[in-house]
Amino acid sequence: MATPITPRRRGLTPNRLSWQLCDVAELVDETPRVKTIVLDPPQWAGHKAGQHVDVRLTAEDGYQAQRSYSIASPPEDEHLALTVERLDDGEVSSYLAEVLVPGDTLELRGPIGGYFVWEAALGGPVLLVAGGSGIVPLMAMARHRARAGNRTPMRLLYSARTIDDVIYREELEALASEDEGFEAILTLTRAQPPGWSGYARRIDADLLAEVAWPASDDPLAFVCGPTAFVETAASELVELGLPAHRIKTERFGPTGG
Amino acid sequence: MQELKLDGNAAAGTMEEVFAFEITTAVGTCDNCGAVAEFGTTTVYAQAPGIVVRCPQCEGVLLRLAHDDGGRYWLEMRGVRCLELRV
Repeated sequence: MATPITPRRRGLTPNRLSWQLCDVAELVDETPRVKTIVLDPPQWAGHKAGQHVDVRLTAEDGYQAQRSYSIASPPEDEHLALTVERLDDGEVSSYLAEVLVPGDTLELRGPIGGYFVWEAALGGPVLLVAGGSGIVPLMAMARHRARAGNRTPMRLLYSARTIDDVIYREELEALASEDEGFEAILTLTRAQPPGWSGYARRIDADLLAEVAWPASDDPLAFVCGPTAFVETAASELVELGLPAHRIKTERFGPTGG
Repeated sequence: MQELKLDGNAAAGTMEEVFAFEITTAVGTCDNCGAVAEFGTTTVYAQAPGIVVRCPQCEGVLLRLAHDDGGRYWLEMRGVRCLELRV
């Protein structure tokens, strides 16, 4: 049974996070290891692109496990979507990816975060740098930009192992072909399909120098991925002359299971 | 084993159990080195029984937060000289 929660208030009133039970409306296979979970939270005062939720699983014996998952859906969407990568030995992600079915309930709290957030009003140009499932909060930003009809130039650099590991591939291609202001650039680090003409290596200084806007354009950068990926990309962006305060980072750790 | 290093974004939900305000945009001053940074940029180790938050510049411990299952919290903030919250 859902626990009633106090509606979110603004201003000086404390903004307490409360756990709530959400119905699972739909599950979407994104890649062999990645699923999107579409949810209907009973109490949802809206979120910003880049925010996350905490998900809590409770076993029959009372044991609880909690993880953070980025919100994939834009604020404009009616439903709340999380995209989850199944990690080997991940006690939460394996449940979400393999056991959960539509009609189940999932306990979560959120939205959480404010630092790693992009709203159309923040402007740009915006550089999104994604490593693996680090694409998820950045996809919420790209979707938000498209749904809000915003024209801020946005460029995504997305590093994945193979073409089959690229999450949201068709949607990214569609966004890039429909909208001159949005570009999606892939680099495939482990294997490339026949005829691949794109980047085929890990993100490095040269690759970022080719893709990123020059520092003189004062770009706003969001970097999300595994810790080592984030630290490499962020330090290379600093080397390119971006001020540190224009580079927002979020790490997906191996604890994310 | 890979180092289980996260950042302030990952700790935000647990921190907000105590702070009741959006914490990742709060600006803290490190008591060790004087660096001033948003909580979202901090380094977080969350696999211990509690959460350890470290300065992104000097790696000094900013704060530690632990709790039990009964709703009791222990917050140690010796490493934070000042915390600026926007509410």
